[in-house]
Amino acid sequence: MENLIIKDEDSSLLEGAFLDKKVQRRSFLKYAGAGAAGVALLAAGCKHSNYNPDDPENGYGSGISLGTGDVAILNYAYALEQLEAAFYTKVVSSFYSGASDVEKAFLTDIRDHEIAHREFFKAAIPANGGTAIKDLEVDFSSIDFTSRASVLGTSMAFEDLGVSAYDGVGYALKNATFLLLAGKIASVEARHAATIRELLTPNTFLGDQVTADSVNISRSPAEVFAIAGKYIKTKIDTSSLPTS
Amino acid sequence: MNIVNILEEIEKVDGEIYERLNPRRKAMKEFFSMGSKIALSAMPFALGSMFTKAYGQTVPEPVVDVLQYALTLEHFEAAYYVKGYNEAPIPAADKPAIQMIRDSEAKHVAFLQQVITAAGATPVAAKASYDFSAGTGTPAGAGNGPFKTAFSDYAVFLAVAQVLEDTGVRAYKGRAGELLGQKVYLTAALGIHAVEARHAAKIRYMRSMNGFSIKPWITGGNDSGNANADGNYAGATPESNVNQGGVIITDLNGVNGKISVNAATEAFDEPLTKAEVLALVAPFGVS
Repeated sequence: MENLIIKDEDSSLLEGAFLDKKVQRRSFLKYAGAGAAGVALLAAGCKHSNYNPDDPENGYGSGISLGTGDVAILNYAYALEQLEAAFYTKVVSSFYSGASDVEKAFLTDIRDHEIAHREFFKAAIPANGGTAIKDLEVDFSSIDFTSRASVLGTSMAFEDLGVSAYDGVGYALKNATFLLLAGKIASVEARHAATIRELLTPNTFLGDQVTADSVNISRSPAEVFAIAGKYIKTKIDTSSLPTS
Repeated sequence: MNIVNILEEIEKVDGEIYERLNPRRKAMKEFFSMGSKIALSAMPFALGSMFTKAYGQTVPEPVVDVLQYALTLEHFEAAYYVKGYNEAPIPAADKPAIQMIRDSEAKHVAFLQQVITAAGATPVAAKASYDFSAGTGTPAGAGNGPFKTAFSDYAVFLAVAQVLEDTGVRAYKGRAGELLGQKVYLTAALGIHAVEARHAAKIRYMRSMNGFSIKPWITGGNDSGNANADGNYAGATPESNVNQGGVIITDLNGVNGKISVNAATEAFDEPLTKAEVLALVAPFGVS
């Protein structure tokens, strides 16, 4: 439901091209009269061709290839799992001061889960005829690993991001087995996210990650890389990711 | 999901899209009369329904079946938390969380009802009553099942809540494949699936805070501490599974040697089939 976000430029787009070209032609929006606000909200989502991989704004021009089709999606997940595993490996190698036993236990478990996910993709992609991307170089210079707030805040961001990334890309998978595998991992990421959120602030296990209907938000790869990009040094070419 | 783009894209392959939308007034009329009644967030579903009607199609039956199945389970979960919130001896510290989960389940019910209605079907109704003791099945008697103290013993209430949430996660996962490629429906189902997992983690965390040794993730198999829930963690693909698509997770390298069985089982949640879930909830009077 990421499309229910109102952006000014989209509203003007609606009033412009759409009204001129289509509404007068077939009075489409006349029918929508009462629901105009709703249609505006719907229209305010992603525009088609909404992700330009060469957009210098997010720094993702040419880079390593994810492959095509389902393999590209698996590599996309593999990239995120690499990022998470690298993060927790560093966290656990030297805990922030004042880390409680519960926090240490949770973070160690999560590290092991993320390594399991990473190693799974590394093995499963070639086993299914694809080429797994290489080991990514990460950039954690913005994280203060001695600070609880920085570590747990980053952890929360990564976990929430992971959940929304899996939820946002599942529809593009063509193979039901891969979809099931993605689902198996996605719910574990959701468990992580809820747990870290509880460590930071009690009763935020849902927090701002759900819609008014209590459905978890989902994010497109473009939205995900806009957030995760600063932590990944290796350039990734996302242009081959399927969008339907 | 820009409607301008959608119409333009359709026009490229079907020059008569506008004619199709117009003569079939019924589809348009239904869409916009529905529009005034449903929440904005359900609009994509109503819009999808309008297009399928314009082309003389309906939402595929398997999709509706998955939605009805989800609603059947959400009705039950919602009812459990309504009763639990009112009757169980919930400590003050936990009350807000139970209230949030109660409300979250109620929202899932309302959302699925809207989506099913938008798809042109009649949402299944909640049962007039449930047997929260899980006693409706044989040989136990109604109201006298293994969980009969769920609303008088808070530890049992949380244990049952954990089992219901974990089972909910497994139930959605088990049917995701039937929504393959259905962008709007699958994304919504995955979104609810993730929220059920967030509930499960919170319930498990609360159990640990209340003195029961358990993690927010499923370790091994039935870690609920209640053998009556063995089936909820078993099945054709049990929670103890370490074979993921042919990859044996415990053969992979971890930090010190191979990945442990605990980590391998915790890192992947497993599905339940429709038949497995329906058999598990039957003793609660859910069908």
